[in-house]
Amino acid sequence: MQKNPFIQLILIQIREFYREPAVLFWSLLFPVLMAWGLGIAFNKKPEVTKTIAIVINEKESLEDFEKFISKTNFEKKQDSLTNTYYYSMNYGNENMGITHFRLKPVSWNQAELMVKRGNASMIITTNDKKLEYNFDKYSSDGQLVYLQLSSLFDGKNITSQQSVIKPMSEKGTRYIDFLIPGLIAMNVMMSTMWGISYTLIEARTKKLLRRMVATPMKRWEYILSHIVARIVLCFIEATIIFLFAYYYFDITIAGSISAFVVLFISGIIAFSGLSVLIASRTSKTQVGNGLINLVVMPMMMLSGIYFSYHNFPDFVVPFIQALPLTMLADGVKAIFNESAGFLQVWKYILILNTFGLITFVIGLKFYKWY
Amino acid sequence: MENSILEVKDVFKNFKEVKAVDGVSFFVKKGEYVALLGPNGAGKTTTVEMIEGIQIPTHGKISIMGMNWKNNENKLHHLISLSLQETRFIDKLRVWETVQLFASFYGLSKSRVDEVIEIVALTEKRKSYVENLSGGQRQKLALAIALLNNAPLLLLDEPTTGLDPSARREIWNILMNLKKNNNTSLILTTHYMEEAEYLCDRIIIMDKGKILAQGTLDELLSANNSKEIIEFTTNDDVHEQFLDGEDVYKLIWDKNTNSRKLIVKSIVEQLPVFLQKVNESGIRLTRLECRKLTLDDLFISMTGKHLGD
Repeated sequence: MQKNPFIQLILIQIREFYREPAVLFWSLLFPVLMAWGLGIAFNKKPEVTKTIAIVINEKESLEDFEKFISKTNFEKKQDSLTNTYYYSMNYGNENMGITHFRLKPVSWNQAELMVKRGNASMIITTNDKKLEYNFDKYSSDGQLVYLQLSSLFDGKNITSQQSVIKPMSEKGTRYIDFLIPGLIAMNVMMSTMWGISYTLIEARTKKLLRRMVATPMKRWEYILSHIVARIVLCFIEATIIFLFAYYYFDITIAGSISAFVVLFISGIIAFSGLSVLIASRTSKTQVGNGLINLVVMPMMMLSGIYFSYHNFPDFVVPFIQALPLTMLADGVKAIFNESAGFLQVWKYILILNTFGLITFVIGLKFYKWY
Repeated sequence: MENSILEVKDVFKNFKEVKAVDGVSFFVKKGEYVALLGPNGAGKTTTVEMIEGIQIPTHGKISIMGMNWKNNENKLHHLISLSLQETRFIDKLRVWETVQLFASFYGLSKSRVDEVIEIVALTEKRKSYVENLSGGQRQKLALAIALLNNAPLLLLDEPTTGLDPSARREIWNILMNLKKNNNTSLILTTHYMEEAEYLCDRIIIMDKGKILAQGTLDELLSANNSKEIIEFTTNDDVHEQFLDGEDVYKLIWDKNTNSRKLIVKSIVEQLPVFLQKVNESGIRLTRLECRKLTLDDLFISMTGKHLGD
């Protein structure tokens, strides 16, 4: 074992990994902190406060508006800090979630400023005893507030009319259920691209590669050792993220664990091939940095890690779905949340492995050893 | 050449417009230590890299024990060992782990790892991380790795450049011990004259991709029968003609030190004549030195510059 060059080559990567505190932080602690931060930010919001700026028409008086508002359930309240007042009301119930509305009478200039700063969802102006709603028609928040307030002011109550709200709290439907499998997939990409590409380029820059190929070392063993070491390290990283998510957010794998393992390794193979291709000719670490970012950044944004890629225009979606990270993330999500097995993810496994193999062979063919 | 382990014949190497190596031929015998001496950019590293199989000659033939890189790559990896001008090993690996990694490529045992670490006197540092080694210790580590496979031909590219004198002396001692104990042939590139003089049986002087001279130290110095030097400094203008007609091989003006050197056959014969001429010309000397010709003098006379330039 000790004499086996392949084992030795794998050992050096693992030693480099656990002996470098910065590497440990970025690859183990940082993804957990990110999962925790995003999970907290988007998950636990029982009450929402929405402020609406009210601008009274010059020809009308505030009393007119107060008369109007007194017919509703809004209460006048004093803000002791700024010595101003506002009208407040809680909308909704436990099942649909509660929105706390605040209507704040201000001048038009102040109202504009509030919207620009994100302090107000919209501006309501009064005009001849009618209300005018000013909001960005592309904003779903604006649309929602408009529907809620306009129905309120019309005296309708949309929360209890022949309908029942049943809150969904099943596993797989929360934002964190969407996020964690995506983060695990993204971590495979980041860990593999930086771990393999950067190490290979650095070995060339430091002339360590040149020194190694002047020995009887087998070149394919050298490259393959990076991939095998990365599989080991990616599993450690993913286990830590998963354990955190399991204990903190109650995330579980609903589908086939063996399908997950095979898909996970396929993802590593796909990104390993790409890493070898990127590292094949580059002899400067700075150039390598740029190239890795060029590949990694678009996928981070597009592949549906933080938000669904269906937010992009329909014609782009097929292109996004063809990205390796999208395939890996979609596959992992399906296994985690939709009880998927090999039957549902075999296509991803096949494509990711083929992609990895092709890029690996091309990279190796053009590899600059000296 | 009979008994030679390496033969380099009419080798050229061009990088686009630049002629890095311009028609070089030499040989190395079994057990012989040979220095490639020359300033930076002389073509030493390129020559060594062609022998190592890292560069391919544009033209010419390199034969190592009758083999070339094209057909015998695997065998030659076992017959040649080397240290590159600059290799940075992995910072977070320990000394013994680094040596063991390379030992595994040759299928060598752990005892050989300990052995080479001892040869280069790094036993105390065997558990240190590479990042904590000094410059001299890093060179010793590179040397330990080069010694691992007991190759008959060892190529060391500037193994002592940038080291302080005591660290340099340590490397020399290791190489001298090696010379006593086995039949390794060594090619060493350097721009330190004293290193070539101390370690090597033969010296090859290179500049601008060409070999200017080669031979043993004595052979080089006795070429042209010029063996001795009268060196002097003066604040006055001296015209080369002031010694015209006398038996002087060459007058060199060293711009760096502002001294003038006369290469002569015999100090005993020429010094009186020189002093008389100085007296006649009214030149005031600020320094006068008589000594044997050195390699550096020879190099200046051939190229007009110092080795370290």
